[in-house]
Amino acid sequence: MQRIILHADFNAFYASVECLHRVEIRDKPVAVAGDPDKRHGIILTKNQYAKSFGIKTGEAIWQAKQKAPGLIVVPPNYPLYLKFARMGREIYARYSSQIEPFGLDEAWIDISSAGRNMAEGEAIAQEIRERVRDELGITVSVGVSFNKVFAKLGSDLKKPDAVTVITGSDYKDKIWPLPAGELLYVGRSTNVKLRRYGMQTIGDIANARPELLKCILGKWGLVLHDFANGLDDSPVAVMDCDPPVKSIGNSCTTPRDMCSDEDVKLMFYVLSESVAARLREGGFLCKTVQIGLRDSELYSFERQCKLRRATDISSEIAGAAFALFSQNYSWRRPLRSIGVRAADLTPYGSPVQLTLTEDESKREKKEKLERAIDDIRQRFGHFAIERAIMLKDSAMGSINPKEEHVIHPVGFF
Amino acid sequence: MVERTYENDIKVYVSVDVRFDEGGNIRPLRIIWEDGRTFEIQRVLDVRRAASLKAGGSGIRFKCQINSKETYLFYEQPRWFVERIK
Repeated sequence: MQRIILHADFNAFYASVECLHRVEIRDKPVAVAGDPDKRHGIILTKNQYAKSFGIKTGEAIWQAKQKAPGLIVVPPNYPLYLKFARMGREIYARYSSQIEPFGLDEAWIDISSAGRNMAEGEAIAQEIRERVRDELGITVSVGVSFNKVFAKLGSDLKKPDAVTVITGSDYKDKIWPLPAGELLYVGRSTNVKLRRYGMQTIGDIANARPELLKCILGKWGLVLHDFANGLDDSPVAVMDCDPPVKSIGNSCTTPRDMCSDEDVKLMFYVLSESVAARLREGGFLCKTVQIGLRDSELYSFERQCKLRRATDISSEIAGAAFALFSQNYSWRRPLRSIGVRAADLTPYGSPVQLTLTEDESKREKKEKLERAIDDIRQRFGHFAIERAIMLKDSAMGSINPKEEHVIHPVGFF
Repeated sequence: MVERTYENDIKVYVSVDVRFDEGGNIRPLRIIWEDGRTFEIQRVLDVRRAASLKAGGSGIRFKCQINSKETYLFYEQPRWFVERIK
């Protein structure tokens, strides 16, 4: 049976939702950007009009305003975008239960069924496109193809409010002339490597010898060769069937640069509390703690260490993070962003080896305490109870990574 | 994080008396306008999910007959709004 896979991509998602709700800015160049006071002042999305000025996602607000002096910059409203993402998925769910979201604004939908052909697939894609426009008031581009990779490429070919079909007989005409960088997993450095061997387009990758690609890129070379030739057979995940969690982390660009051990300690507590609460929510313990740091010159690095005991206690995670930090950073420059990640997860309640040197009852008390804090926060809000250290710096102490956590696309595999 | 809401001249949030039937379906009965006047909804002619480009929003749209005229009433969850006629 031939697979029929759709890839639906909301056009300029955040900006479209803002323009729908704010009638007065619809015919103006609009960009959604983070809060410059919190130093998150980069462009997250822009509408079509703003795009025509050459404004790019990821650039600073001041750069964008130089290109388009009349640019209207609005702050993001994530809860509203989450609501629209959910309403979008509800529309897709009328056609299939195999829906795999890729970030908030994209999803693959597998609508294969016995006897269904590409033309019917296209008709369904058109129906979805119209429904999104009429019911949500924003537009979507849909790619229709026989694998996920081509469906995604298809949704990029015609925008906005459009459907593009890529079949087994025309992919060589439609996909192969595209630049290699358009292909999933061809990032900047892969692209540079491919160019060195004269490979500029997806067709060049498709027609290269697999051994050569393997030689340049390792086993990924073979994966890309398959992608380019339409041989990707990865399935579309079933909705509500979450992939196994491998790690849980939070990171943050702080409102001001961190310049002392005290600042870093405070942030490790902020982040570890969120990570630990999420571990408890998911019923996990972690055996490894990772930290990620980025300094004021945007140089970044990560370090990790094993814990002696698997844990979901925030003070243990923060302690391990701070120990790692002390061993690996000598304050060459102030720090701009910081992250903590719990990895190597095991289910809560797995048998543990007790030690003779540690007071087990103390540890149990700590754990009970943290669960009580979870309970208080759930009932009365995050800031109903705080560590005293949070009061030392009102700007950094008032960050709530757990609730401000936004889901970004995870890897394809 | 709390969802930010948007106001404008055309989008009028209103109070609505609603009946839930035994099947859990919603039927709006009357709209209480911003100045306190009440408008009985004589019939609901159509119910569907739809966007309001005029007022800026999206929700479940009830096509209502009020005083023999047709009006759209939107359930934006959790609030209700109508489009002001200018």
